[in-house]
Amino acid sequence: MKVLLVAEYRQGRLAESTSELLGFADALGGDVSMALVGSPDQLPGFDGRLHFADAGIYGEYDSELHKRLLLQAVEAETPDLIVFMHSSYGWDLAPRISAALGVALLSGVAGMDGDGFTTRCCNGKMRRTVTAMTSPAVLTLLPGAFPSVQPEGVSPELHPMAASGVPVVEFIRYEPPSTGGIDLTRSDVIVCAGRGVGSREKVGLVRALADALGGEVGATRPVVDAGWLEHGRQIGSTGQSVSPGLYVACGVSGAIQHLAGMKGSGFVIALNTDRDAPIVEVADLLVVADLEEFLPLLTAKLGS
Amino acid sequence: MNILVCIKQVPDMEASFVPNRGGTWFDETALSFRMNDYDEFAIEAAVRIKEQLGGTPEVTALSIGPGRVVEVIRKAMAMGCDRGVHLRDEEAASLDPWQIASMISGYASTGGFDLIFTGMQSVDRGSAQVGVLVAERLAIACVTTAVGFSYMAGRATVERELEGGAKVVVSCALPLLVTCQLGLNTPRYPTLPGILRAKKKEIVELSPGQAGMEKPLTRVSGFSHHVSRPSGVVLEGRLDELAGRVAAVLREKRDAIRRGGVR
Ligand SMILES: Cc1cc2nc3c(=O)[nH]c(=O)nc-3n(C[C@H](O)[C@H](O)[C@H](O)COP(=O)(O)OP(=O)(O)OC[C@H]3O[C@@H](n4cnc5c(N)ncnc54)[C@H](O)[C@@H]3O)c2cc1C
Ligand SMILES: Nc1ncnc2c1ncn2[C@@H]1O[C@H](COP(=O)(O)O)[C@@H](O)[C@H]1O
Repeated sequence: MKVLLVAEYRQGRLAESTSELLGFADALGGDVSMALVGSPDQLPGFDGRLHFADAGIYGEYDSELHKRLLLQAVEAETPDLIVFMHSSYGWDLAPRISAALGVALLSGVAGMDGDGFTTRCCNGKMRRTVTAMTSPAVLTLLPGAFPSVQPEGVSPELHPMAASGVPVVEFIRYEPPSTGGIDLTRSDVIVCAGRGVGSREKVGLVRALADALGGEVGATRPVVDAGWLEHGRQIGSTGQSVSPGLYVACGVSGAIQHLAGMKGSGFVIALNTDRDAPIVEVADLLVVADLEEFLPLLTAKLGS
Repeated sequence: MNILVCIKQVPDMEASFVPNRGGTWFDETALSFRMNDYDEFAIEAAVRIKEQLGGTPEVTALSIGPGRVVEVIRKAMAMGCDRGVHLRDEEAASLDPWQIASMISGYASTGGFDLIFTGMQSVDRGSAQVGVLVAERLAIACVTTAVGFSYMAGRATVERELEGGAKVVVSCALPLLVTCQLGLNTPRYPTLPGILRAKKKEIVELSPGQAGMEKPLTRVSGFSHHVSRPSGVVLEGRLDELAGRVAAVLREKRDAIRRGGVR
């Protein structure tokens, strides 16, 4: 089995997820090579063939240019699998490679199962086994699904990639994350409001519990998108990453992107009507209850 | 200007899913269906351009699926889309993203669309593939994961979401396909007059063959519960009694944190 891993680099940094790509390759075994449009000053710790192009020359991510560069690495390696992370880079570029080659793409791979791969679906509640009917096949890996492997003291053997052309999509600027001055990373206690809270008015029930515990209020993405709470309170892969000693998840299903931002928490209590919600996987205590009835009872008990 | 919006009908995610007989997807019998969340943002984005340009663009809403998906096409039309296309396939749930994309691009290649909006992903399959595949097959530009969009004089400016809440702003000439992320805008609710008007709008029905459906590239061999093994204790029962127990746990944890015992 020949595996081509596609590493990511942005704004002067090699992505940490490179170690997960290597972890996946380790679990699978076989002949491993890598491709990267990055910086010569930040090469991955990897002792194989690295198909490399300098981001200093090629500029910020341009899907057309990166596609053409990568297709060269594919041609040189004739891999069985071309592997990305399921990230803003991977889900943007992987389908382009799949379409250019006319081959299968399996997205969000979380494990292996016989000659297929498992992926999560239905909000993380269910899983599927999917098999590619083409060779090569393209995969994107679910972040956090495979262990990190970081070889030290090794360096890759460089093979240059080159392409030309004007970008179709013009890069204008980056915008840093804005939290509106809310810093949840220092809180010891966070009570998080999920969509299960039901309405803007009922967010007050969550705030009352947070106050009773002397903690901060956090939120899932749908809650901030609906304007029930400020954007700066969002926890998850596109919000803040927190690790309080106590995390109370109220009406939070536990989507993988939310878990990414809170899995470092100490003790996790989940309040949910659905005892199968994926949040149970990280909860030390799951209370099966309707929030509207339960939160006032709980807050009252804490006060007394 | 011609705009296409691709919408998928999906089940409520809070349902409990039971595998179908083939063990490849869920059994639909007890499920209720609605519009894919991400696609509501796609419709809103399209309708806003129509309004911005004084109503001249024509917005087409397309959905692939069995008879029931007409409901989401009607909803899209009630939100302001002008016409509907139903690619009718009773077995659409067994198609892979490549096949879905082959039909959408097959249809779109005849329509001269300047802008195509899709969701970033469907909540049931979550593959995040269809939009980009359609654009590549049509050989048009594509920007994924849009959390901001504006259009002026033949060019679109799109804010793409990156990890950790960072964004990148890009600009692109039409034709363009945009995949819409949650929070791109605030999707409107259909109004009563909108719903009444939608009833009179045309929905064209096409077969998969007419849209040029291709063969699948993947095969599904298993569908099961993700063993969401509770990592801790599950409490159920009388709420007042539970509240007392949970309050005791919370107090204990909070006090331990205050003493500096947890960190
Ligand atoms: C690229 C990308 C990035 C993302 N980034 C983030 C991120 O940073 N943070 C984030 O949170 N999400 C993020 N998301 C969205 C994520 O996939 C989920 O959609 C989101 O986390 C779900 O939020 P939720 O749990 O509040 O809502 P839902 O998934 O709708 O869950 C609601 C829960 O409430 C329960 N419930 C309903 N009613 C009640 C009741 N009366 N009492 C008790 N429980 C009840 C339900 O059983 C359900 O489990 C991202 C998605 C993508 C694609
Ligand atoms: N059956 C379908 N009919 C119409 N559009 C679809 C269908 N399936 C997927 N799409 C579109 O493609 C997007 C991404 O879906 P997916 O690749 O399945 O995650 C969705 O948000 C829709 O806009």
